[in-house]
Amino acid sequence: MMTTDAMTIGIAHAEEVEHPDTVAMQALGFWLYLMSDLIIFATLFATYAVLGNNYAGGPTGKELFELPYVLGETLLLLFSSVAYGLVMVGMHNGVKTRVLVGLAVTFLFGLGFVLMEINEFYHMVAAGHGPDVSAFLSSYFTLVGTHGTHVSFGLIWMAVMIGQVTVKGLTSPVQSRLMRLGMFWHFLDIVWIGIFSIVYLMGVM
Amino acid sequence: MSQAAIDTTGASRGSLKSYLTGFVLALILTAIPFALVMGGTWSSSATLAAIFIAGIVQILVHLYYFLHLDTSSAAAWNVLALIFTVLIMVLFVGGTIWIMFNLYHRMM
Amino acid sequence: MFGKLSLSAIPYHDPITIGAVGGAVLLGLAIVGLVTYYGKWTYLYKEWLTGLDHKKIGIMYIIIAVIMLLRGFSDAILMRAQQAAATGGSLGFLSPDHFNQIFSAHGSIMIIFMAMPFMAGLMNIVVPQQIGSRDVAFPFLNSLSLWLTAAGAMLIMVSLGVGEFSKAGWSGYAPLTEMEYSPDVGVDYWIWAFQIAGVGSTLTGINFLVTIIKMRAPGMKLMRLPLFVWTSFCTMVLVVWAFPVLTAALVLLTLDRYIGMHFFTNTLGGNQMMYVNLFWTWAHPEVYILILPAFGIFSEVTATFSGKRLFGYTSMVWATGVITILSFAVWMHHFFTMGASPNVNLFFGIATMLIGIPTGVKTFNWLFTMYRGRIRFTTPMYWTLGAIVTFALGGTSGILLSLPSANYVLHNSLFVIGHFHNTIIPGAVFGFFAGYYYWFPKAVGFRLEESWGKRAFWCWLIGFLLAFVPLYVLGFMGMPRRMAFYATPAWHPYLLAAAAGVAVISLGILCQGIQLLISIKERRALDDRTGDPWDGRTLEWTTSSPPAVYNFATIPVVNDIDALTDMKEKGVAYRRPNQYNDIEMPKNAPHGLILGGLVFVFGFAMVWYIWWLAVLAALGMLFTVIARAMDDDIHYVIPAAEVERIENERYRQLAAVAT
Repeated sequence: MMTTDAMTIGIAHAEEVEHPDTVAMQALGFWLYLMSDLIIFATLFATYAVLGNNYAGGPTGKELFELPYVLGETLLLLFSSVAYGLVMVGMHNGVKTRVLVGLAVTFLFGLGFVLMEINEFYHMVAAGHGPDVSAFLSSYFTLVGTHGTHVSFGLIWMAVMIGQVTVKGLTSPVQSRLMRLGMFWHFLDIVWIGIFSIVYLMGVM
Repeated sequence: MSQAAIDTTGASRGSLKSYLTGFVLALILTAIPFALVMGGTWSSSATLAAIFIAGIVQILVHLYYFLHLDTSSAAAWNVLALIFTVLIMVLFVGGTIWIMFNLYHRMM
Repeated sequence: MFGKLSLSAIPYHDPITIGAVGGAVLLGLAIVGLVTYYGKWTYLYKEWLTGLDHKKIGIMYIIIAVIMLLRGFSDAILMRAQQAAATGGSLGFLSPDHFNQIFSAHGSIMIIFMAMPFMAGLMNIVVPQQIGSRDVAFPFLNSLSLWLTAAGAMLIMVSLGVGEFSKAGWSGYAPLTEMEYSPDVGVDYWIWAFQIAGVGSTLTGINFLVTIIKMRAPGMKLMRLPLFVWTSFCTMVLVVWAFPVLTAALVLLTLDRYIGMHFFTNTLGGNQMMYVNLFWTWAHPEVYILILPAFGIFSEVTATFSGKRLFGYTSMVWATGVITILSFAVWMHHFFTMGASPNVNLFFGIATMLIGIPTGVKTFNWLFTMYRGRIRFTTPMYWTLGAIVTFALGGTSGILLSLPSANYVLHNSLFVIGHFHNTIIPGAVFGFFAGYYYWFPKAVGFRLEESWGKRAFWCWLIGFLLAFVPLYVLGFMGMPRRMAFYATPAWHPYLLAAAAGVAVISLGILCQGIQLLISIKERRALDDRTGDPWDGRTLEWTTSSPPAVYNFATIPVVNDIDALTDMKEKGVAYRRPNQYNDIEMPKNAPHGLILGGLVFVFGFAMVWYIWWLAVLAALGMLFTVIARAMDDDIHYVIPAAEVERIENERYRQLAAVAT
């Protein structure tokens, strides 16, 4: 009927629109943040491409990088990434202990990665090959170090989530945060693929 | 306060099987370039190509098996954002390299 | 204990600076005194400083923009006065060091702390209402972005009285900004102010993209969005994908300065042109970030005040998209003279010229919208018409500059200054003013008085032309930019004219100030009781002025472009719903304000090398973020009965006006 149609134009049924999908919005917003982070890394990669051959008489990548060590770091990060998959499966099945175990395993592997990287940086600096020596070393330390800093912040976030899951359980906001942490964690492993390929593998050739 | 599992972005969820599949593929795609560089048997241009291809394929593996990016409508905005980001990255990084190496060749 | 900071950081010896600082401090104390006298601290804290209402956040952004406009404009007055005076052997009244700080502060403030907040403010007030939403996607993040912007602005303001500002221009080229040539704190102030504001802007970008993608009312398909929403969307795309480059570039410069790395140094492999390349990779999209929202405002204003649908809606949307994509591909035109080969210059020159095409499409669409319309010459329409005509001149001078061969002659001359002011002032600033006049009643509840608005417009238009057309001539005569004094007498008359222009613009600003005071005084007579003072076409005009905190009691359903006009034509605007429901809104939160304060302390500590304070502030930031993340009780409910009460009052007012 005309009048009923006319009366519903302009007014939606309230129930349909009162609760916009918060979780989906948070996931999209976080994804857009990751895209902006990808641009930061792209800038650092571009800088490495331009300055990466400016050794200023100092050491080159070939002289400094040890591939077996880098392979070890790579595997730790990959195991860490897969372990987070276990967190997600546990979360979807609502099993709190599985989530906590998964987070702990992810954390330990991730911590191992960060410690290996700190060790690598420490030895380079101690041997006199610090980031202030040449543009190549500046761009190397910054690109790899920015990735490592992101991983470290991810570890802090992970520790907070272990706390939240323990105290609050797998509530809707907690699950939403776990999902976003997962996106962050997998994204960092993707960036690492770029790093080991372009910095380490190509650097040694 | 609900303990029920929530839907992800609406995109397909990961099962244990998909994470393990992704894991094995990623392992292989990591081992290949490392082995080639450490072994040094292939020519340098072939090794370079292998590194790039393995890297890109592994990134796609991570995107599909771990981040659940697929052609479903729920992931549509994410995929669009990613494609746009890749476009901008190509413009920026490619443009930067073109400009700076052009300058290098004219100045040095 | 206090790093490099000591009492000698205060510029006692400089009367102009001390006068300015003294004036600012007195003004600040006066404001604090007034708030205390009227007992409004609790109100201010609860309703504004810790509030997450996008409409109030928008108003606060605009307040920041207006304050920084006055600060940046004072810099402009000083520059024009100095250049008018520094002739015939005179060195003027400003030392070169001081002059350099002034032009650096002027550019930095106007772009990052005037234009960006003004734009963010208008978007905050308008966009959620135009898409039929109750709020933005992330209200807390919105508050955080505001306070980050405020923190950056505070750093620049503080640099006037404690230490000094950068002397290296708003663009901060290396190696001048490296420690070797600028060991003082000025460059560090500039770095941290930009970095902090940049993070705030990026978060706003993410916020508005998700808002526009996910929170549109039913029926508000993408191709039914008002043009201001489309241009806001494209602007935020530019923000999210360009600002990270600035973040990275500033980090690299910071690492050079603080840790002695070699990205852009003269020695050990640094490459200064890489800084220039990275900076403009961000800064070119930035200028489109400034102009696109203004284009959106022109579309809204011409349609409303011509009483016609915008001409060529689809082509407008495509033109906006093309401008967005192209603006990522032209950045090299800022350094044609760097020495790249003709091929490289040619590619970027042609890409730059191409942007003229979609811009032309937009201009003609505005003209065709007005053609055969019933035009009402209100203040927003004045500003829009003046903008469209004058901006075209600026765009044309840009096309001239896009020719690499012409650019070699004009690079770094006053012609460039003329060009970008000719696009930013009539383009962005007039656009934001038009938006300010257009949406002021919606935000505040009463209109601005018309005749003072028109006087302000004429002063700004004439003053702008008088101030900047001579600069085009000076550019052709060979005068470089950023000169504190000069030895060419032929330049002097033009610089006098430019100084006169600035004086006329200041009359315009005075008119705007008078207008605001008179409008507040006469607000009963200028009252907007219907919420639709202009016979508007889009959804924001269905809410009351100012709107209820929830904007819409029931979310509207949209059927066409110009949703409100469609509803009016079908006779269904202002229909009362059958029932009201509870509405969930975000609770207030102090964390945004606290984080803003901590970030300011962090920035200040980093500038002055007060490491313990920087570490403490950083830890404070981390704990504040974690504390916020622990709180899941972040909403409150407005009961249906309360919503009904508010809406009944609104309908009572509407009925009173109708009779």
